[in-house]
Amino acid sequence: MGFAWRVAVRFLAEGRMQTLLLIVGVAAGVAVVAYITALVEGLQANTIRRTLGVQPHVTIRPVKDVPLAARLGTPPPVVATGTEGSSGAAAPPTRPPATVLSIEQPRAQRTRSIDNWPPLVLRLEATPGVTAVSPMATGAALAQRGEGSRAISLIGVDFERYDRIAGLTDKIVSGVPRLGPGEAIVGRELADDLGLQLGDRFTVALGRDTTDSLRAVAIYDAGVREVNRRNVYVPLRSAQSLLGIPGGITNLDMTVTEVFAAEKVAQRLRAQLPFEIESWMQTNSQLLSALDAQSMSTRLIRLVVMVVVVLGIASVLVVSVVQKGKEIGILRAMGASRAQMTRVFLLQGAVVSAIGSGFGAVLAWVMIEAFTALVRGADGQPLFAITLDLATFGQVAAAATACGVLAAIAPARRAAALDPARAIRL
Amino acid sequence: MPVPSTDAGAGGSAKTGADTLVSLTGLRKSYGVGTPIETEVLHGIDLDIEPGMFAAMIGPSGSGKSTLLNVIGLLERPTAGEYRLQGRRIDTLSDEALTAARLSTLGFVFQFHHLLPAFDALENVAMSALIRSGRIDGAARARAASLLDAVGLSKSLHQRPTELSGGMQQRVAIARSLMQNPPLVLADEPTGNLDTASANAIFELMRRFNREAGTAFLIVTHDPRIAERCDRVIELIDGNLAAPAD
Repeated sequence: MGFAWRVAVRFLAEGRMQTLLLIVGVAAGVAVVAYITALVEGLQANTIRRTLGVQPHVTIRPVKDVPLAARLGTPPPVVATGTEGSSGAAAPPTRPPATVLSIEQPRAQRTRSIDNWPPLVLRLEATPGVTAVSPMATGAALAQRGEGSRAISLIGVDFERYDRIAGLTDKIVSGVPRLGPGEAIVGRELADDLGLQLGDRFTVALGRDTTDSLRAVAIYDAGVREVNRRNVYVPLRSAQSLLGIPGGITNLDMTVTEVFAAEKVAQRLRAQLPFEIESWMQTNSQLLSALDAQSMSTRLIRLVVMVVVVLGIASVLVVSVVQKGKEIGILRAMGASRAQMTRVFLLQGAVVSAIGSGFGAVLAWVMIEAFTALVRGADGQPLFAITLDLATFGQVAAAATACGVLAAIAPARRAAALDPARAIRL
Repeated sequence: MPVPSTDAGAGGSAKTGADTLVSLTGLRKSYGVGTPIETEVLHGIDLDIEPGMFAAMIGPSGSGKSTLLNVIGLLERPTAGEYRLQGRRIDTLSDEALTAARLSTLGFVFQFHHLLPAFDALENVAMSALIRSGRIDGAARARAASLLDAVGLSKSLHQRPTELSGGMQQRVAIARSLMQNPPLVLADEPTGNLDTASANAIFELMRRFNREAGTAFLIVTHDPRIAERCDRVIELIDGNLAAPAD
């Protein structure tokens, strides 16, 4: 390898302009691929984080009420056919079979509750892959203060458990992260709408007679205005009594270790539990297919860039083989083997790709920094975090070097096949 | 002073003794085999080259000198006939084996120097060591330096070919051809591109290595003054060996 290595490096050093072109080409390719990869990964991670920031990975609900007929299965229509069975020409003509028309009305859903949930929570917490479980009692309500009245989602939670799922503490902008009896955490927009300040009391009403007075102890900002306007967090017990399900819960929210394994966990649980179990991947199938489409187009762009880089390297190296024909001929005449000449050019491809990858990484880093510094959201914060992690860069660099070697195959074969006698004479 | 002489036996011998360096029997070479423009350039050459011989090969342009030199130099394969190098039948060997034989047995000096511009004089001379072992070790460096010293370039070890005159480049090329101490050096018009003084110096160098190291030389030349100072003159006319001019 010593021979091939030294000759390759010298050839590259000698053809300065060509080598520079090759390195710049590879660097640009690597930078674009690394940047796009980092950008899309960052974008997707951000999208998923924002989506999952306001919803659990897996939710368990009681099975919906269905009409009795649907539950039992529709009975076969019984048709009276008169004197069927009696033979004789005098028999009255048989009537066509009657069709039974039935209208199935879906039942209005009452607030149903999962009873005897504490052992279920313990069991779920022990399930592998599940990181947190939060029992919830939720329902629609009105928040009233003075003249103001707003429709809200009442969310009764055990603060500690819920915090582990939704990271509510991190979203609290003022007040204390806790939920004692008679306390509530409200969103910024709702607080504005009702003129609530920390410590102020407001009323939550579910019907004419079902009301409770709560004190706002904290104000949160989930990053989504609609959420801030609707979600009001109260202690589980308050919600239970308001919703009329003392001791019960309406659903169980869970987080899992592997976000994209949520559906698998849900499937496993579905086989074991008599509840309706939904993963975020089902509720957000549109989002997932959008992300898939995005990943696909990124892969396509990467492929195109790589192909362009490969063609670029190959064409420059082919020219270099032609230019160095005489030198290749001399080396062959002196006793360098075809395999050695092949390695000289394969190594050139590998060397320029490796160096180009280095510069490409720097370039990608600069582009990412520029993006983070220049592209800001309305709040003056970076839109989302993009980072070029070492693993991504390692993959891109390895792929680029492989491409470099790949691109050098044709030129290297040409160099090896060169007839030394003819090359020297030219 | 070397005595110019021609060898009366040139072209006649067909013996293939192990002491013969190169032995060609009925050697033919055609180009464009199997195409309408097939032409035979060498029409059955019988030639022996003994170890330590200092021979010139002359002949008009197109007589097949370079082709014969390339065949002897294992750069081209004969179309027919037999080629033994140091007693070993070689024209039937694989490309790899021919490459290895070139590395160990043959040295080349070309008309246009053909040094590698990316390497300095010392590296150019030591290149065969790099090809052979993947590195230029101390011994190879020392031998290359002593060869460059012998051709009078001890001060130019680290100059690139572009920084050297034509005559100096050709001296580097001669030093390079002797690096592996081959029994035979093939020189294709080594003085063709040089002024008389430089040409003379190059000739004397080759003569000296022939005498001191016993290296055989086969020199293709157009210059009758060079040819007449060789021990033996091989003349090619239209792809055949001419009868000795003596």
